[in-house]
Amino acid sequence: MNKSVYASHDQVSETKRHILTVLVDNEPGVLARVIGMFSGRGYNIDSLNVAEVSNDENISRITIVTHGTSEVVSQIEKQLLRIVPVHSVTNLDHEGSSVEAEVALIYIYISDTNKKKVYQLCDLYRARKIENENNTTIFEIAGASERVNRFIKEINEITKVEIVRSGPVAISSIQKNEEE
Amino acid sequence: MNNEITGAEIVLKSLAEQGVEVVFGYPGGAVLPIYDTLFKQNSIKHVLVRQEGGAIHAAEGYARSTGKTGVLLVTSGPGATNVVTGLTDAMMDSVPIVCITGQVPQHLIGSDAFQECDTTGITRPCTKHNYLVKDVNKLSSVFHEAFTIAQNGRPGPVLIDIPKDVQFASGTYEEKNKIIIPSHRLFEPSPDFEKNKIEEAVELISKAKKPIFYIGGGCINSGPKASKLVRQFINMVGSPVTMTLMGLGVVGSSDKNSLGMLGMHGMYEANMAMHECDVMINIGARFDDRVTGRLDAFSPNSKKIHIDIDESNINKTINVDVPIIGDVKQVVEKMISVWKDKKYKIDTDSLKLWWDKINKWKEVDCLNYNNEGKQIKPQYAVQRLYELTKNTKTFITTEVGQHQMWAAQFYKFEEPNRWLTSGGLGTMGYGFPAAIGAQVGHPDALVVDIAGDASILMNIQEMSTAVQYRLPVKIFILNNEYMGMVRQWQELLHGGRYSESYTDSLPDFVKLAESYKAVGLRAKTTDELDDVITQMIETKNTVIADIWVTKEENCFPMIQSGSAHNEMMLSKDQKQDKKSAEKGKILV
Repeated sequence: MNKSVYASHDQVSETKRHILTVLVDNEPGVLARVIGMFSGRGYNIDSLNVAEVSNDENISRITIVTHGTSEVVSQIEKQLLRIVPVHSVTNLDHEGSSVEAEVALIYIYISDTNKKKVYQLCDLYRARKIENENNTTIFEIAGASERVNRFIKEINEITKVEIVRSGPVAISSIQKNEEE
Repeated sequence: MNNEITGAEIVLKSLAEQGVEVVFGYPGGAVLPIYDTLFKQNSIKHVLVRQEGGAIHAAEGYARSTGKTGVLLVTSGPGATNVVTGLTDAMMDSVPIVCITGQVPQHLIGSDAFQECDTTGITRPCTKHNYLVKDVNKLSSVFHEAFTIAQNGRPGPVLIDIPKDVQFASGTYEEKNKIIIPSHRLFEPSPDFEKNKIEEAVELISKAKKPIFYIGGGCINSGPKASKLVRQFINMVGSPVTMTLMGLGVVGSSDKNSLGMLGMHGMYEANMAMHECDVMINIGARFDDRVTGRLDAFSPNSKKIHIDIDESNINKTINVDVPIIGDVKQVVEKMISVWKDKKYKIDTDSLKLWWDKINKWKEVDCLNYNNEGKQIKPQYAVQRLYELTKNTKTFITTEVGQHQMWAAQFYKFEEPNRWLTSGGLGTMGYGFPAAIGAQVGHPDALVVDIAGDASILMNIQEMSTAVQYRLPVKIFILNNEYMGMVRQWQELLHGGRYSESYTDSLPDFVKLAESYKAVGLRAKTTDELDDVITQMIETKNTVIADIWVTKEENCFPMIQSGSAHNEMMLSKDQKQDKKSAEKGKILV
C-alpha cells in the first residue's frame, strides 16, 4: 500500500535543497505565474533562472532552487503543474543524477599590494579575466555553487569585490535515447 | 479580407458558438464596442446587474445550478477589480466561469490611463488562467481555449482582458473545432488511468469493517451521472456516507445510508463515524480545515482512499493510502465494475455492528434545539421552509454565517445542483446574486436565498436586477440583528464582548422590498411563519421575507477550532477545555 507513486509520508522529512526544472510555454506572464505561486503559497525560492531553450523560441526552461521537506517540495511540484502554460516539472533530486553549474562575474578592487595574491587565487580556481574597455579587473568563474562559494570567500579575504551570480542551472545526466 | 469582422463581433460569435445563452454584466468605457455588438444581435441575452460583484456571483449561481459555464462581461479598472472577490470564490469552489474584461487601448497600457488597472496581474492568483489579448486574430482561439480550460479537469474561472483597440480592430474568426489545444494545457487522464489503484481501493473497501464514504463537491462538478454512480456504489457496499457542505445533494438526505453533513457544524454521528472508521473513501473532497478539525487527531485508525481530479489535493494536508487521480464519474464507474467482476461482498456482521454504533450516535439527536415560546427559532424557520417547499423544484442559495449552517443542517437536499453556497471563500453577499443566476437558468423553479440580515446588505443593490428581469427570487432573511456567527465566536471565545457584531439601523426590509416594487413580508412569531412562507412561495414576484428570529441563538453542534471530530460541542454548556480553547482561538 505504501508503494504508491504518490508516496505517503507519515513522518516529516528533513528540509533539503532541491533543484526543479520547469518547462513552460514562452508567453507573457508565465514567470509571474510561477513565482506568484511560490510567494502566494509561502514557498521559498533560493535562486531562479529563466531563458528560452528551444529552437522555435516557444519554450523556456526555468530552473528554481528551493528548499523544504519532501512533502513541501512534492506539493510545490504539483502546484506548478496546475499552471496552464507549464509543460513539465522535474525534480532533479529524484532523477538520481544531474549536473549543475552557475556563473559568477566578480569585479575585483585591485592594488599593487594584493595584485599577486588575487591573480594566484584566480589561477587556482581557473577564473577567467574578462577584457573590457575600462581595463578594470573583472573575473568570470563557472561551476558548481560550492566552488563559486569557496572562491568568493577566499577572494573576500584578500580584497573588496562586487559580485553577480546567475544562480545554478542544472540538467539531468541520465542516459536518454534520441526520440526524433 | 472580406471574411474579417471586428474584435467585438468575434467575442459575440465565440460566445454563440460556445452555446452561451446569457451574459451577466455591466457596461463601461472599455467595453462599449462589445456592448454595441450585443445590441445588434438577439441570440445572447444580457442581464444587467447593479454592481460587477453581483455579476460574477450570478454567473456562479447560473453555472452551479445548470452545469454550464457562467459568463460575465465587465469594464476595465473598477469593473475588473470588483469581480476579484467572485473570481476567488469561483476558484475556491471550482466553478467554471469565463470573465470578459475591457482594457484601455494598448497604446495607453502602462500610462495610468483613466480606468486602467493591471487586470491580468491582479487576477493571476485568483483565476485558473487569464489572458491579455493583443492580437485580434488570436481572439477566437483564446475564447475557445478559455471555455475548455474553465470546464476541463478541476473547473475554475478564466479571465480574458481585451484592450479597446482590439475590440475595434478587424480580424478573422476561427471555429471551435479548428482550434487545437496542446495537451499540457489541459487535464487528460490516461486511457487506463490508475487501474491498479482502483483495484487496490475496491479490495480495501471490500475488506472494511467500518467503512465511510466522504463525499465532496467534486462529485457535483463531475455531472449528475457521477451522483447516480456514487449512490449506486454506496448502495452496493451498504456503507454509511457523509457529505461536505459542497457535496450536499450527491446522496439524498432521505437515503438510508446518509449521515448528513460532516465538519465544524456537521452531524455528530457523521463526525464520530469519520473518527472511528477503518476505511475512508474520499470522493471529490479535499480535507478542508472546516471538515478535518485538528489534523493530528483526524480519523487516526483508518486507511484512506482519495479520489480527486486535482493531484495537488493529494497528501496536501492529510496523507492518504490509496490516491486516485481522475474524474469521479469515470473512476466510480470502474470501481463498480471491479466490485461486480470480483463479486466482492462486505462482511455483513461487522457492517451491522458498525451501523449499530452509528445508530447509537444518532440517538444523541445533535440538531435538537429548544423550540419553546412564540419567538421563531432560526432552525424552525428553515425546517418550515423545507416542509413547505419540498414538493416543489427548489434551489436554495445562502449567504455566509449561522443561517448558512442552519440551512445546511435543516434543509434536506435530495438532488445535486440544488444547493448553492460559498464554501471555500465564505463570501457574504454571494447568495442573492447567485439566486438571480439560478433563476435565470431555471425560470420556472422556486429559488430561495436563505440569508442573514448582515449578509443580504452586502449585495442588496441586486434587488433592482431581480425586479427588472421579473425574476421571482425569494429572499428569506433570518433576522437576528447580529452578524450571528461573529457573535457566536465572540460569545464562545472572546468573553462575550460583542465587538461591532450588532447591526444597528437595519433597514425596514418590507419597505425596502416595496421601494424596489417587490413584495415585502414579515413574520414576528411562530404562528405567522407558515402563512408568510406560503405567501412568499405563491407570490409571482421578487419577495423579501423578513423573519424575526431569536437573537442570541447559537449554531450547534460545533467542533471548535483546534478540536477533533470526537470532541464536538453539542450545546453552550459543554465548553471546550481552556487549553485547547486558547490554542483554537488563533485559528480561523
